Amino acid sequence: MNAGDPMVYAGAVGLILIGLFTVITRRNLIKIIIGLTLLDGGVNLLLVAVGYIQGRTAPIITPAHPDTARMVDPIPQALVLTAIVIGLGVTALGLGLAIRVYGHYNTLDTRKIRGLKW
Amino acid sequence: MRAFIGFVALSLIAVGLALALYHIPFGQDRMDVARDYLARSVRDTGAPNVVTGIVVNYRALDTLGEVTVLFSASLGVGMLMTWRSPGGGRPLPGASLIVRRGAGFLFPFILLFGGYIFVHGHLTPGGGFQGGAVIASAFLLLYLGIPGYLLARRPLAAIESLTGITFVAIGIIGLAVGGYFLNNFLPKGSVFSLFSAGVIPILYMVIGLKVGAELAGVVANMIGGGEE
Amino acid sequence: MIYIALLVVGMLGAGIAACLLRDLLAAVVAAAAVSLILSGFFYLLQAPDVAMAEAAIGAGLTTAIFVIAIRKTGRHEE
Repeated sequence: MNAGDPMVYAGAVGLILIGLFTVITRRNLIKIIIGLTLLDGGVNLLLVAVGYIQGRTAPIITPAHPDTARMVDPIPQALVLTAIVIGLGVTALGLGLAIRVYGHYNTLDTRKIRGLKW
Repeated sequence: MRAFIGFVALSLIAVGLALALYHIPFGQDRMDVARDYLARSVRDTGAPNVVTGIVVNYRALDTLGEVTVLFSASLGVGMLMTWRSPGGGRPLPGASLIVRRGAGFLFPFILLFGGYIFVHGHLTPGGGFQGGAVIASAFLLLYLGIPGYLLARRPLAAIESLTGITFVAIGIIGLAVGGYFLNNFLPKGSVFSLFSAGVIPILYMVIGLKVGAELAGVVANMIGGGEE
Repeated sequence: MIYIALLVVGMLGAGIAACLLRDLLAAVVAAAAVSLILSGFFYLLQAPDVAMAEAAIGAGLTTAIFVIAIRKTGRHEE
């Protein structure tokens, strides 16, 4: 990480947009869930990037680095740790629903599933 | 039409995010409450890993909520997947000899690694969630490597319930001893040693076992071979 | 600087591949690549806890349950 590196922001926003595009335009349910995981990853990266501070170390105190004034913001990291685990729960539940839908309609295409098309 | 609406919505969101991020320069110090957490973490919680201090001590109630959400998701997957769908559910093909032997050989070491990660959660990077995920991936390896492997449902459910009860019980003991829920009532010990930081290692161990059992249960339910 | 640019381009490329590939298995592998590069970013942004969680959960378990779900449904997006 060099001085003034906003490219990480560009990556995070790009990932959010790709995820949203996938969710909006794809018609396969599993593809939509893949889009949700991409969106999730982009938001997580954005949060951690906002908490990053130039030239500081990870928020773990060791005998060699006891100076807490030289550490990055730990709160976004704690938040994102939670978000990643919840993201897995959401993905698993979504995939379970998709498998059930496939068992019922024998397709994952949202156009052919009654009540899901727009 | 759909793609057009998508592009319009995406450009609006892109402009909004760009405008917002323009006012948040990258890599600047804008800590507020975090400065306090960093300065007081070792004194308050005894955990040198400040992220662990926040997750398991300052914001432990949120972590209880998170574990509950994960439990609900696991429960939902279990309820959705017990009804066998007519089309799906082909049995997994048999793995080769190397994969079978390798899975059996590596399984205890992966479990040990997961346990190491969550036992040392207050000292080094890692903790209950990462260790739990590693333990769940050990069971995934068994499913992939050993044909016809069935994860016993009862011990898994027992671990899940017992760890959940333990989490809440530790919180209530803290309420009784120190006056607030999930109070760190045990002695802090000396910093940087394994047995330090009061209830944090115990709580993270509980979280690790619970997350491991829940994620292994999710994998078992998704594969659909866990029926008794 | 150039490493960061390469990582960003690689991550976005894998994301676009995950969006556009018709073969769902290939799309899931591309999404796993995104997770792996994300984990590297978390490490570079001084968040080792988050990097471990993303590598174990995002790149590992999520991919596994996607593959299981694709096995139980169809592999190709019609």
